[in-house]
Amino acid sequence: MDGIHDLGGKHGFGKVERQADAPTFAAIWEAKVFAIMRATGAAGGWKNSDQFRHFVEKIEPTAYLSHGYYGRWLGGAETALVEAGLIETEQLNKRVEKLGGNRNDLIAARPQPSRQTANLQASLARPAKTAQRDVGEGLFSIGDTVLTSSEVKPGHTRLPAYARNKFGEIVALHGGWVYPDSNAHGFGEQPAQLYTVKFASSELWGETSQYAEANVSVFLDLFEPYLQTCPATER
Amino acid sequence: MNDDHEHHDHNHNDSRHHDHEHEHKHEEKSPQAIRAEALESLLIEKGLLSEHAVDDVITNYAQRVGPMNGALLVARAWTDPEFKQRLLSNATQAIAEYDFKGGQVDHLVVVENTPERHNAVVCTLCSCYPWAVLGLPPKWYKDPAYRSRIVREPRTLLAEMGLSLDTNIEIRVWDSSAEVRYMVLPMRPENTDNLTQDELAALVSRDSMIGVEVLCQAGQSS
Repeated sequence: MDGIHDLGGKHGFGKVERQADAPTFAAIWEAKVFAIMRATGAAGGWKNSDQFRHFVEKIEPTAYLSHGYYGRWLGGAETALVEAGLIETEQLNKRVEKLGGNRNDLIAARPQPSRQTANLQASLARPAKTAQRDVGEGLFSIGDTVLTSSEVKPGHTRLPAYARNKFGEIVALHGGWVYPDSNAHGFGEQPAQLYTVKFASSELWGETSQYAEANVSVFLDLFEPYLQTCPATER
Repeated sequence: MNDDHEHHDHNHNDSRHHDHEHEHKHEEKSPQAIRAEALESLLIEKGLLSEHAVDDVITNYAQRVGPMNGALLVARAWTDPEFKQRLLSNATQAIAEYDFKGGQVDHLVVVENTPERHNAVVCTLCSCYPWAVLGLPPKWYKDPAYRSRIVREPRTLLAEMGLSLDTNIEIRVWDSSAEVRYMVLPMRPENTDNLTQDELAALVSRDSMIGVEVLCQAGQSS
């Protein structure tokens, strides 16, 4: 999806604020959200990390930017819990009010009621320990030039927008992995070959761009379905 | 669950952190903090969250898992060429003997900084990070500014963050878009020939292993 989470290359966010000696959790509620995220998975609210990432991507977009990392996780976990039918939003809102909160504050979670039953029913399968799968040989070899997909999808994907429809070079082969675009939506693992692809900065941002530097490149780990061969004559 | 108890538990032996947490107690709670508390109590009541779960998270991720694991690998790579070779060719196998807890290193790749080449790590789509070797990521790594800019203008951003790289130094940015996790092997600082592996490990900063800092000399970073 072309969501707010897809931040690579965006302008306007200003300086990186580094804080020396920051504690792992800035406040206790952040650790609570970490525990809630895990408990949500254990209860079947999300079945694999691809699905949890997608729950986070789908939260209210202004909350994505303003609620911080654990606020985003909170939104993702609440969405998953409500969609799985494990809690009800009204229950939670009442409890928020009891604790002195306001139900009109911006809520990051945006559960879609239609998804509720399907999720709960599919929740029994436990994910395997790692997402690596044997898929045999891939289509591409090290040194091959590939062109990334230009397709915009409504669902989960791990091809960032800034690297769509770009030429890159295969620099590493990682074997087969569960395909997030399918796995996040409960359509099965559909394992695919994974490659590291090197992109020149001039390719990503434009040859005449001030961001193009001959010795600067970005490396992305991309699944085979995102890639196609390109005849040398295309460029 | 009692907050005072958790604060104390979390921060014993560290007065600075204690003061930090203390300040939090007098602030107005954010809507997210209240909602997290509400959700926690609801899940405990429904039997979906154990009363110890939050303490376990703090014990594991604020105390047991952290950049000291990565620093150990770096110091060993600096002093043991055979290990360095294994770490760079297959880090997942090379670190198996350590059995680091914390997860997110099913497939680890270590990239080496040299005088001619600098590496930096990011996850533009979420905040993927090698937890078992570096701990949980710092806030800035998860914020939009770093995630948006490091892929587009790494040399400018690194300079802003205090690391000026000459234009003849190649920059490679690793955007962790799948389950592969990346860690940078920083260059060994000068004048450290006499240090033991433990002393060397103490010099290795988390940020040098993300690739936004270089280690200049004993006890100092860029």
